[in-house]
Amino acid sequence: MAYKIIASQCTGCSACEPECPNVAIREKNGVFIIDPKKCSECIGYFDDPQCVAVCPVDVTCVIDNAYPRYVATA
Amino acid sequence: MYLTDLKYIFISGMVLAYKLVSDFISATFNQGRFMQVHTEQLNTGSEPLTALLEKIADHKGCGTSSEGGKSSCGSSGGPADMAPEVWEKVKNHPCYSEEAHHHYARMHVAVAPACNIQCNYCNRKYDCANESRPGVVSEKLTPEQAAKKVLAVASAIPQMTVLGIAGPGDPLANPAKTFKTFELIAKTAPDIKLCLSTNGLSLPEHVETIKAFNVDHVTITINMVDPEVGQHIYPWIFWKNKRVTGIEAARILSEQQLLGLEMLTAAGVLAKINSVMIPGINDKHLVEVNKAVKSRGAFLHNIMPLISAPEHGTVFGLNGQRGPSAQELKALQDSCEGDMNMMRHCRQCRADAVGLLGEDRSAEFTTGKIDEMSEVVYDAATRKAYQELVEAERMEKVAAKEAAMAGMADADVSDIKILIAVATKGQGRVNEHFGHVSEFQIYEVGSAGSKFVGHRRVDLYCQGGFGEEETLPSVVRAINDCHAVFVAKIGGCPRDELKQAGIDPVDRFAHEFIEESAITYFKEYLEKVRSHEVDHVTRGDADIRQGAYVSAA
Repeated sequence: MAYKIIASQCTGCSACEPECPNVAIREKNGVFIIDPKKCSECIGYFDDPQCVAVCPVDVTCVIDNAYPRYVATA
Repeated sequence: MYLTDLKYIFISGMVLAYKLVSDFISATFNQGRFMQVHTEQLNTGSEPLTALLEKIADHKGCGTSSEGGKSSCGSSGGPADMAPEVWEKVKNHPCYSEEAHHHYARMHVAVAPACNIQCNYCNRKYDCANESRPGVVSEKLTPEQAAKKVLAVASAIPQMTVLGIAGPGDPLANPAKTFKTFELIAKTAPDIKLCLSTNGLSLPEHVETIKAFNVDHVTITINMVDPEVGQHIYPWIFWKNKRVTGIEAARILSEQQLLGLEMLTAAGVLAKINSVMIPGINDKHLVEVNKAVKSRGAFLHNIMPLISAPEHGTVFGLNGQRGPSAQELKALQDSCEGDMNMMRHCRQCRADAVGLLGEDRSAEFTTGKIDEMSEVVYDAATRKAYQELVEAERMEKVAAKEAAMAGMADADVSDIKILIAVATKGQGRVNEHFGHVSEFQIYEVGSAGSKFVGHRRVDLYCQGGFGEEETLPSVVRAINDCHAVFVAKIGGCPRDELKQAGIDPVDRFAHEFIEESAITYFKEYLEKVRSHEVDHVTRGDADIRQGAYVSAA
């Protein structure tokens, strides 16, 4: 139920950090990481996941298959 | 260790400063002497300074004023076509005044990594210390690190008058970091001019803050005013929490850019427009862009050549989109000149560049070195003294040019114009050895006078004392449209090859002022043409250097 950032793709530009409605993104060793416990795939906030929409490098913010897809709770 | 580094930075900065004013003070490193000059200047009171400013203001910047009004450069005028308060803003700004760029330096601090649009000429993954392009940077800084770096650089390079935030992303996509940096610098170094460079998407919402922080120069990159054109330049924008693509993206971007420009004009903030010339995509369209920005009060238009090579990893680099030739670029700049100031001295510098335009001293001021400094004392007095000397030098240069022009008799009126490549390291003088040139400055001279029309990067001919035979042809290609090259010194071998290529190598103006020398040379050239000693032939086109700029260091 979360996105992840592929570290080798990340330029460390920080564009995603302030866009995340869950404050799930932070910098670590020059690149950015998503806290899977906080990520809601932007469901309930925006139509599109914000990190994916703003990231300058394609295929950098991707669904992390290690977690089940996020389901909004009522 | 720390102290040694600090000393090195300080001394190297001061040595450069002294080199620059070597005609005024002895070349020896003598603080007492320097201060004496400073005191004498100050004792004369404010009257000379006022007179000085008027004189500089009278000077038409760098251009000939014959072709329908304004000159070719940033700060063309003075009272005649520019309000005094505008002149005050641009006279020490190397980007807004061609004339000032020979004397004053700028620095960029890379505090703004995030961007809100994607451009086909930019790839954010690419990052190399040897690369000199916008959007590329070696390390990003926090606002606090940036403020400290500014103080260190300002104290080492007294002619550093301008602090810009230009990325490597977009300053207004990082508003908190950008404005925090401005706030810190305004407190500790209030004499430094602040400016920023933006793609314009978020500009309208920040104009008020820009004004509040006394940022009096804003550059907007506007590559199109027609979304049909824009869709081929911008694949997407991030707008209101959505990625918008295609024509819609270009339409929103253009609307925001032009609205932002109008708001800046209304707020009294000087706006410069940067446009990237992309042959086949927006080259013809840029004339429309020029009209659109002119009518909305832009102060200066800077049309730059596309930098495009496969190794940059950009969309344009990978699909083989070429940049313009020197002649194509100049022709477009000339056609936009009319009554709009055109900037031709842009070096398309990195978002962490330090120094005079055309040089990059950022390697001297890395974060590691800055962090090691315990405390940086801002030396405002030395800066002021130095800058007063620079003003005196500028005045002398203007006088020399006027004197040379006065000798241009009515009989000398001719349609002939020639380009001259100049080897210089600043101050508006012919003061560089041919083999040490990493970029030539190009001047156009005719009966109406001389003007700066551009610059050409070249690979260093001289590496460790030996001329590199392979680099000479590339140097020739870069200045192939020039009739002459002015140098302080040149070796026998390149001299002969230049002659063979039809370019006259001239070293007799060594250490003289460039424009005065160019006018003198032109008068003699015209005389030779009249007496049929030489045949005037139009020169061919020249290359704009692509790829990495490798600094001399």
